[in-house]
Amino acid sequence: MQLPEIDALILEMARQIKPHLTAESALVGIHTGGAWVAEKLSELFGMPLPFGTLDISFYRDDFSRIGLHPQVKPSHIPFEVEDRHIILVDDVLNTGRTIRAAMNELFDYGRPASIRLAVLVDRGGRELPIAAQIVGAHLKLAATQNIQLNRDESGRLSLSLHEKKD
Amino acid sequence: MHKNPQLNKHGELQHLLTIDGLPAATLRHILDTAESFLNIAEREVRKVPLLRGKAIFNLFFEPSTRTRTTFEIAAKKLSADVINLNIGTSSQSKGETLLDTVNNLSAMQADMFIVRHSESGAAHLIARHVEPHIHVVNAGDGRHAHPTQALLDMFTIRHYKQDLTRLRVAIVGDMLHSRVARSQIHALTTLGVPEVRMIGPKTLIPTCAERMGVQVYHDMEKGLKDVDVIIMLRLQNERMRGALLPSAQEYFKYYGLTAEKLALACPDAIVMHPGPMNRGVEIESSVADGVQSVILSQVTFGIAVRMAVMSILMGSEGEQ
Repeated sequence: MQLPEIDALILEMARQIKPHLTAESALVGIHTGGAWVAEKLSELFGMPLPFGTLDISFYRDDFSRIGLHPQVKPSHIPFEVEDRHIILVDDVLNTGRTIRAAMNELFDYGRPASIRLAVLVDRGGRELPIAAQIVGAHLKLAATQNIQLNRDESGRLSLSLHEKKD
Repeated sequence: MHKNPQLNKHGELQHLLTIDGLPAATLRHILDTAESFLNIAEREVRKVPLLRGKAIFNLFFEPSTRTRTTFEIAAKKLSADVINLNIGTSSQSKGETLLDTVNNLSAMQADMFIVRHSESGAAHLIARHVEPHIHVVNAGDGRHAHPTQALLDMFTIRHYKQDLTRLRVAIVGDMLHSRVARSQIHALTTLGVPEVRMIGPKTLIPTCAERMGVQVYHDMEKGLKDVDVIIMLRLQNERMRGALLPSAQEYFKYYGLTAEKLALACPDAIVMHPGPMNRGVEIESSVADGVQSVILSQVTFGIAVRMAVMSILMGSEGEQ
């Protein structure tokens, strides 16, 4: 399967986001891939946007099954969330569980005016009533496949496909 | 192979009983996780839902307001339910054994016991005895260990000094009765601190000290020279049996940390104390409140470190 080129996807996301940007907008990327995408997006807007990152490990719904994620990174939201129009960015949208956790965490920082979801790839497979308003690409993948965003030392992003381990 | 009772078959931390024998990676994982809990204090909602619905029992067979409170705050910030039991004043005085008490509490659907006891090994005994889904944290047992205190001290040192592998650390005071010192030495050496010094009178330093990899100094002025971190221990009056010391005044003269003695250490040395302090006995007030003191930061960091310990343990699979 031919995987799409990242730069084109991010440009497409930026094009969809731009009409919604206001003085109260802020970008929040979900660790780790979402933060990479949000970083690239922030370079494409003519204005500096408040920028934050979320690690949703403390809000996951599978803690009692698999325990704490082995590498938790601090969440970093250096602006008031209250009344802010948040653009929440993730790399791959699948079940929707990560997004639920991220929204729960965001609300513990304050009550945002709105949240829009922007994803690089929507691969389907939703288990929760969650939808992205901004999508780089829709991909049809088999349930046995995983799609993953990688970043090399020079900061270049790329997508790769893997067969799920179990 | 010697089996570490704290680890399950996947090598995950199931109980935290002692620092001794834990791999450096496990200690670093706890410290790294604690970093993520630190900025929760700055948010609108200062808690996370991680341990919602879990019951954590504070079992304090020996009184300690501060440690019990920081464990309670840590558990509440993780959204767990906390039950405080001051056992010394209830069932134990009616003759119930330690394990009977634990069995009763297990039947009340406990998920974790935080244990403080005057006898060394009490937490180990409980950990061996409880059902596999219950986790045990040692909050201080006799003269043996106080692992969460040592971990929060490591977190504090790392916070101010970053690289632990280039440091000289001096621990000053009563090592003989100190579970804190024992745990600190294990943690410092495991994390690669190249030089750990133990400063104190002969009567308060155990003969095995040098075997633990520390350099022993009886002269505080020599011992403090060029150190990056000074950890003052509390003079354990309540644990002192027999005449190990002439008097508190005499002790302060030789082993109290004064501004003059502090000047012998590196200019950016930090001063730590596990609390509660005896001002004018082991530490001068002006030093305890001075710019090099990080004693209050230790208390704040202690909450994040205990949150990390509780969430890592609670997420590990019980040994069947």
